[in-house]
Amino acid sequence: MDLLLWGVLPYVMVAILIGGSIWRYRYDQFGWTTRSSQLYESRLLRIGSPIFHFGILAVVAGHFFGLVIPMSWTLFVGMSQEFYHLNALLVGGIAGIGTLGGIVILIYRRRKTGPVFMATTKNDKIMYVVLTAAIVFGLWTTLASVFEGENGHNYRETVAPWFRSLFLFQPDIAAMAAAPFSFHIHTLVGMLLFTIWPFTRLVHAFTAPLHYLFRPYVVYRSRDKVPGAVRPVRRGWAPIGTEDRARDKR
Amino acid sequence: MRVMAQMGMVMNLDKCIGCHTCSVTCKQAWTNRAGTEYVWFNNVETRPGQGYPRRYEDQEKWRGGWQLNKKGRLVLKSGGRVKKLFGLFASPVQPELKDYYEPWTYDYKTLIDAPLGDDFPVARPKSLITGKDTKITWSANWDDDLAGAPEMGHLDPIVEKVRKESEDKIKFAFEQTFMFYLPRICEHCLNPSCMASCPSGAIYKRVEDGIVLVDQDKCRGWRQCITGCPYKKIYFNHKTGKAEKCTFCYPRVEIGLPTVCSETCVGRLRYLGLFLYDADRVTDAAAVTDVKDLYQSQMDVLLDPNDPDVAAAASAQGIPLDWLDAARRSPVYALAKVYKVALPLHPEYRTMPMVWYVPPLSPIVDLLTEQGHDGEDRGNLFGAIDALRIPVEYLAELFTAGDTDMITDVLRKLAAMRAYMRGITMGEEPDPSIPEAVGMTPESMYEMYRLMAIAKYEERYVIPKAHVEQAHDLEEMGCSVDFEGGPGMYEDSPFGEASGRPTPVAVENFYALKDRQTSDTPAGERSMRNRVNLLNWDGNGVPEGLFPDTRDRPRAAAPSPADLDRRGPVVDSSGDSTGSTTVSP
Repeated sequence: MDLLLWGVLPYVMVAILIGGSIWRYRYDQFGWTTRSSQLYESRLLRIGSPIFHFGILAVVAGHFFGLVIPMSWTLFVGMSQEFYHLNALLVGGIAGIGTLGGIVILIYRRRKTGPVFMATTKNDKIMYVVLTAAIVFGLWTTLASVFEGENGHNYRETVAPWFRSLFLFQPDIAAMAAAPFSFHIHTLVGMLLFTIWPFTRLVHAFTAPLHYLFRPYVVYRSRDKVPGAVRPVRRGWAPIGTEDRARDKR
Repeated sequence: MRVMAQMGMVMNLDKCIGCHTCSVTCKQAWTNRAGTEYVWFNNVETRPGQGYPRRYEDQEKWRGGWQLNKKGRLVLKSGGRVKKLFGLFASPVQPELKDYYEPWTYDYKTLIDAPLGDDFPVARPKSLITGKDTKITWSANWDDDLAGAPEMGHLDPIVEKVRKESEDKIKFAFEQTFMFYLPRICEHCLNPSCMASCPSGAIYKRVEDGIVLVDQDKCRGWRQCITGCPYKKIYFNHKTGKAEKCTFCYPRVEIGLPTVCSETCVGRLRYLGLFLYDADRVTDAAAVTDVKDLYQSQMDVLLDPNDPDVAAAASAQGIPLDWLDAARRSPVYALAKVYKVALPLHPEYRTMPMVWYVPPLSPIVDLLTEQGHDGEDRGNLFGAIDALRIPVEYLAELFTAGDTDMITDVLRKLAAMRAYMRGITMGEEPDPSIPEAVGMTPESMYEMYRLMAIAKYEERYVIPKAHVEQAHDLEEMGCSVDFEGGPGMYEDSPFGEASGRPTPVAVENFYALKDRQTSDTPAGERSMRNRVNLLNWDGNGVPEGLFPDTRDRPRAAAPSPADLDRRGPVVDSSGDSTGSTTVSP
C-alpha cells in the first residue's frame, strides 16, 4: 500500500501533470486563460484575490524551503531547529491563513454574486473543492505542530527526504510512511490537485507573464502566413465528431 | 528612417447623422456572440455626452494611455511593468459591467405562450448575464441625441473640464445647446498603450498594415489592456475570458474591401487609406513635453509618399510599389496632412491614434441659419466661428488637447470651402481671395471639395490588397490555386462544394463578393452543384437549387406506368402541365 501511495502515485501524478500540460498547451491555447470574472464583480475580488494569490505564492516558497533544502544545510549555516520551526510556523501560518481567508472570500463571492455563479463551471467547482481541501489539510499540519509543541513531528526528517528522493528515482518510501496521517492526507490531496491541474483554469499559473518585464512595449508581428481561421488541426488532436476527424477517416 | 505602412481612417463628422448603422453592421459582423453582448467595436456617441463606457475620457479615474514621468520619459499612466504585475490578481481600475451596461433580451415567448387571461401578456426584459428579470437603466447609447442632458450633461468629462476653465461656456438649456455625433472604433495607434500593458504580449501591430490585433491564442485574460486603452476600445469577452477589439475588418481590407462600418455608412463619411510613417520616431514624438505640441509631432511622424527619399527608403524596406502608389493616392493622408482638416482624437493620451476626424462645422451653420443669417456666407461664418466659442473649446478638448486656434483654423477652412464652392454653384465668378484667406490655393480647395463633398467610392477607399506575391502564402499549404481551373475551384471542388480542405475565409469571401459586386445577374445563377448557398444570395432573383429548375432542363422521358405506380404522381416543375402525370411534349 505504501509502495503504491508513495512510490507509484507520485510518478503517475507527474506524468499526468507534464503530459496533460503539454497536451493542453498544444491543443487548447484558446482555453488557456484566467477566465477572470472581474467584469461582473470587482469589490470583493479586489480584497480576496490578492490575499489569496500572494498567500499562495508565500506558501509555495515555504514548501520549497521546507522540502527541497535539507535540514543539514540549515543546521550548517547555524539555523537552530527551534528557530527554523518557529519561523516556519509564523510565516507559514500567516501565509496559510491568508490563503485560506482569501479563498473563502473568493468562494463566498462566487456563490453569492449571481453572474459569477452563473459563469462557474463544474470543472471550477471540483477544482475549488480540491484546492480548498489541500489548503485546509496543509494548514492542519502546521497548526497541529503548534499544539504538539516540542513533541511535534519533524517533517524535515520524513516528508522532505522522501520528496527529494523522488527526483532521484529512488523513492524513500519508508520515510514517508513514517509521517503522521495529517501529512499523508495533505500530500495525497496535493497530488490530486496537481493531477487535475492541467485540466482546470489553474493552468494560468504556468504562463505567469514574467517576460513582460523584459519585452519591448510595442510588439510588431508579420501577418500570418496561414490565416488563423483555417489553420488545419493537427492530426490526432481533433476533438471527437468534427469535420476534421471525419475527413481523416475518409 | 524606418518606413512603415499604416491603414488609417478619417471620419467627416459634418456628415454623421447618428443613425448607428455602422454600429449595427459591425456588431452583426463581429460581436453577435455570447460573451460579447455588451461589446461595440464601433459605437456612435452623441457629444456632449458621457460616451461608452460611461465617462471613459476621465483618465484620472481610468488611468488609460501614457504620461511623462519626472524625467520626461514616456510611462504608462496606470504604472510601470512591476506595478502592473503586482496588479494582476485584481486589476485596480478595470471598468465593470455597470460602467458599460447589463445586456438584456426580452422574454418574447410569453407573448405567445401566456395562458388566457384578462391582461395582455408582456415581454419582460431579461438580463443576458444572470438570465433573471432586469430593469433597463443604461445602454451603449442611452444619452443619444442629448437625452437627459439637462440632468446628466455635466457628467461629460469634457464639459466638466471646459466649465472648470470658464463658467457659463456650456449650457444645456434648450435654446443654447449644441450637439454632434462621434463614431468611434479602435484607433489602431502607432504607440498603443493597450499593447504596452499586455503582460502576455498577445496584442500586436501588424508590420504590413499597422492593424492592431489580439492573438486569441496568446491572450491569458490578465485584462491589463482594458485599463491601458484610454479609449476603452478593448473589451473583455466574459465567456471566453479573452480580450477582443476592433479588427479593422482585416479579412476585408486584405482583399481590398473597405471595413464593414465604412461600407455601410449611410452618410459616406468614412475614408480609408494608407499612411507612411517613420517607426523610429514614434516614441520620441509621443514624448514631447507640451500636450498641445502632440498634434504637430504626430504630423511630423507621417512621411510624404511623394518624397523620393521616402519612396526609396520604403522600397528598400520591402513596401511593395502598389502600396507606395496607394499611399500617394491616400485620402486619409490628404485630409490629415495635405489639407490639414482631419485631427486625431485625444492626442493628449500620447498613443498616436490613427483614426482621424474632420471636426463638425454644422452646429455653427445651423445656429446662424436659425438666427436668420445666411449660414454659408463667408463673412458670417468666419465671424461666427470666433464668436461662438462653445463648440470650439469643446472640440479643442476632443481633438487638439485644448488648442482652440488649431480647431478654428480647420473650421475656417471648411467654412471657406462652403463659401467658395457656393459662389461657383451660384454661377458667380470664383473668388480666389476666399482660399487665400485660409492659406489655400483655388486648385487645392477644389480638390478638397471633390474629396469631401463628391467623395467617390474609389476616392474614399484606397485600399491596397495584401500583396499578389504573398497571395499564395495566404492560402492554406498544400491547397494550390492552380488546381483544377484555378481559384474558381472554390465553387466547384472535386467532390462538390465545400469538399476537400476548408477554404481560406478571405479567398472565399473575395470570390463571392467579387462575383456579387461585378455581375449583372443574381449571384446564385451559376452552378452550385444543386446546392442552395444562401450566404452568397444577394436577394435578387431566385437562388439556384432552392426551387426545381424550370428552364433548359432536358425533360426526362415519360416514365413507364410501372414507375408511376411505384412512385406515385410526378409533379412537373415547369408548371405548364396540370401536374397529375408528366407528359413529354
